[in-house]
Amino acid sequence: MKNNLLKEKATFIRIETLRIHKIAQETRVASSLSPIEIFVALYYGKILQFNPHNPRDEYRDRFIISKGHGSISMYPLLADLGFFDKEELKHVCKEGTFLGGIPDPIIPGYETVNGSLGHGLGVGCGMALALKTKDQLQNVVVLTGDGELDEGSNWEAIMFAPQHQLDNLTLIVDYNKVSMLDFSKNIIDLNSLNAKFEAFHWDVYEVKEGHNVEEVYDLLKEAINHRNGKPKVVIVNTIKGKGVPFLETHPLSHILSVKPEDIDVLIKELEDAN
Amino acid sequence: MQIKAMRDVFLAALYEEMENDKSIFFLAADFGSPILDKIRAQYPSRFINVGIAEQNLINVATGLALEGFKVFAYAIAPFITMRCFEQIRVNVSVLSSIREMNINIIGVGAGVSYAMSGPTHHCLEDLSIMRTLPNIEVFSPSDYVTAEMYVKRALSMQTPKYIRFDAQPLGALREDIIEFDKGFDVLHRGQKVAIISTGYMSHKAITMAKDLNVTLIDLYLINQYDHAKLKEALHEFDTLVTLEEAFANSGGLDAEINFHFKDKKIINLGFDKKYTFDIGSREFIHQHNGLGMERIKMILMENVL
Repeated sequence: MKNNLLKEKATFIRIETLRIHKIAQETRVASSLSPIEIFVALYYGKILQFNPHNPRDEYRDRFIISKGHGSISMYPLLADLGFFDKEELKHVCKEGTFLGGIPDPIIPGYETVNGSLGHGLGVGCGMALALKTKDQLQNVVVLTGDGELDEGSNWEAIMFAPQHQLDNLTLIVDYNKVSMLDFSKNIIDLNSLNAKFEAFHWDVYEVKEGHNVEEVYDLLKEAINHRNGKPKVVIVNTIKGKGVPFLETHPLSHILSVKPEDIDVLIKELEDAN
Repeated sequence: MQIKAMRDVFLAALYEEMENDKSIFFLAADFGSPILDKIRAQYPSRFINVGIAEQNLINVATGLALEGFKVFAYAIAPFITMRCFEQIRVNVSVLSSIREMNINIIGVGAGVSYAMSGPTHHCLEDLSIMRTLPNIEVFSPSDYVTAEMYVKRALSMQTPKYIRFDAQPLGALREDIIEFDKGFDVLHRGQKVAIISTGYMSHKAITMAKDLNVTLIDLYLINQYDHAKLKEALHEFDTLVTLEEAFANSGGLDAEINFHFKDKKIINLGFDKKYTFDIGSREFIHQHNGLGMERIKMILMENVL
């Protein structure tokens, strides 16, 4: 039952994300499509505690979306859950709205300033440390891309977290393997990413199929709620541009847009497939 | 005369506050002081040495501040301002436009106070680059009295601040400051010319100000002083001299004063805009870079006569 709900929601969010891209062509659609099952599992699967009526509720889990550009798919999700009016989705990137091309914490549900990469994990470490110091039980979850891991500041944080036993911290890597100008492996090859995190004393989980929402849900739930003195990373193998065939294999998918007329066809296909 | 390092006095006062205020959290980037050892020993759960990692220092400080801690992040001035400038811009300056954060960035080693250590440890850019960011108060004290008085303000204002400390122990230029929050202190009242100086330069200027009988104003809240009161204090002067141990004509103290006092003649004295590899005393380095005592005196005399 739950799995059916999550699958339905993933399709719904994918369709709504494409609708937003249709009216706001400047949004980064490919990198917003790859983490959809992650968002759906966290929110609709209720792995995270959240309160749409009080987005900064003290008892919420803290979710930092460090790959800000690649999270336009959060807009329909947050609206659907009641963080703000669904009507707003019709105005993305239009004058006077709070829903821009890169989300910021003026949007209910966002914690930090995004857009510049490599900031979220360190801030998440500070939050995790604060919650532990205050004896609060909430989790801190940070989402980064894989290209973003090129930023050295991440590795300062990756060394910091196990030193301070931040087992209330989970890093999710949206491992879609495409950076802005090429496949990541042709720019900075992350090689054995699991082994890297293991060497830094993190607990490592890997989701083989990041668009199988059941698998995503199971591993995220296990990782986020597990506490054994170590920070956790969940490496989720995803496909950049998932749901848009020409983007799924394109090394430049990050900067490509999907034509409005093609979006109607894609949406129809997604609806029919469901 | 008693000399004291600003940071020691400030940290000692902060140490006292930490007993009653459990929301104070101290972070250092592998940079110390004897008082810091006391903080570390007494409050191990609210002190962390993050290692030689200034970017993470600011990011961790941000996370703690978002959760309600009053955070102090401490390192050598050029590193804590320039190595992690974008972290400060995004997570402190930008984010504090939206979310309340009490985050205090302490840089030790203003100007060329680490005289022998060369350009990596000199800090001649921080006044300009920190002043360029919205939402951050820039505090540049000239002595330990001013530094100590700032602790209460730092704790009570739920906003970001940059605190610029001299590395060397210095004497006090006053016993107390009336109306601390106005952001400046008149150290000497004279005629014809008013010097506006900050940090160590107020020490250099005090004797000259007295000898030549010119006014000397020590400005410590570089971008948060009471404009009306400073205007009033400078009302009778047609000629101002700005004096800072920072690159001249680069957006520091001189830019602040030039922008707000366009009706006056203003002479800007700062460090020559070049990096120096001169080895020697602070005054020796000043002499070679446009801030020597004799040069300042000569310029003042030209304008007093």
